Amino acid sequence: MWYILTHYWSELVQGLGYTLLSSIIALVFSTIIGTMFAIFEVLPNRAMRIIGRVYIELFRNIPLLVIAMFFYVIIPMYVAKIDGFTAGTIGLTIYTSSFIAETVRAGILSVDTGQMEGARSNGLTYWQAMRYIVLPQAFKIVIPPLGNQFINLVKNSSVLAFVAGFDLMYQGNSIASLSLDTINSYMVVGVFYLIITLPLSYYMRHLEKRLA
Amino acid sequence: MQNFIDAYSWVNIRFLLDGLWVTVEVSLISIIASFIIGSILGVLRYVKIKYLSAVVGFVVDIVRNLPLILIIFFTYFGLPHLGFKPGILFAAMLAMTIFESAMLAEIVRSGILAVDYGQMEGARANGMTYVQALWHIVFPQAIKKTIPTIVSQFISLIKDTSLATIIVLPELLNHAQIIYGQNSAFIIPMFLMVAFMYFVICYALSVLSRILDKKLA
Repeated sequence: MWYILTHYWSELVQGLGYTLLSSIIALVFSTIIGTMFAIFEVLPNRAMRIIGRVYIELFRNIPLLVIAMFFYVIIPMYVAKIDGFTAGTIGLTIYTSSFIAETVRAGILSVDTGQMEGARSNGLTYWQAMRYIVLPQAFKIVIPPLGNQFINLVKNSSVLAFVAGFDLMYQGNSIASLSLDTINSYMVVGVFYLIITLPLSYYMRHLEKRLA
Repeated sequence: MQNFIDAYSWVNIRFLLDGLWVTVEVSLISIIASFIIGSILGVLRYVKIKYLSAVVGFVVDIVRNLPLILIIFFTYFGLPHLGFKPGILFAAMLAMTIFESAMLAEIVRSGILAVDYGQMEGARANGMTYVQALWHIVFPQAIKKTIPTIVSQFISLIKDTSLATIIVLPELLNHAQIIYGQNSAFIIPMFLMVAFMYFVICYALSVLSRILDKKLA
């Protein structure tokens, strides 16, 4: 393991960087998109609710790899030239946003309807009430599940390896084939993933206990 | 349009269905095996046997926090270096089972924790041993509570089998790749069909999980 660490340190660090970069970009955008579709689903407008529902159900039930491969194979052929990293991150964002939408929706629904009514009767518009009264309370509830989504995101970002995204898993594969020491290469890569995910998952457990 | 008609010829569809069958087969066997192993691990983690529970907990946490792809690589490319060479199908099922067992261990443990402790006390007060109370009283209630979660875990397992294309497991996505590899005009029809097939299975299961959730709650 020591040999792999010292000889391929720069590749490993680069891979870690790409994994983190992809996860963070995907987290930011999927939180925005997910929240948008979650709001769609609680709107009084029936058509918007259906759009929200279809989006969530569609991307929750298709494998991430299929979505990522779609962007990797098809978009460059017909639309625009994008590299593996971009394609993978777009796939990751879309897939994760459907899970985040479901989480945020549950959060919004768990906020007492009296909050919305109270805000409306005090003269706020629907959007103002949503923005300043309901969403802040909903987000407080969904922070632990969102943290778990981020852990999943870091793990799922390993699909970038399929689309030449230069992430940790991709580097791990090339190190394994260069050094011919597969066991130790994969173990080192595993340790790198655990450095991100394990502390996060213990912290989330702690947070869940404290908020419960 | 002609592309779609050509792509969805009976030969191609049957080839995809063959792949779908492998997907379902691998997922089913893995979920059954990991339900058994996961339950044992979950109970072991819950009962607090000195050292053993802590070790089980630590291993479960480690496996849960690794990407499944890494485990698949490890079983297929790593194990041969340790003197054991699994076939593709076995390597895929082994990787899925290791990963899902850890996931289910955590689900089962949280299910047991959710059962009111009075159940255990009542059973003990009625003369059952600790193991009897756990097996006959607490465990069945815990499983009942966790069934919807286990079904959603099964959904993610079905989706995750697509990752085994990387070791050329002949499952749905792999078969689609073989078809569009022969004719690039089939790429879009194949992606749509694959997405549709996964969607139908996973959506049906998620509806089932929701019904179970309402029924058992």
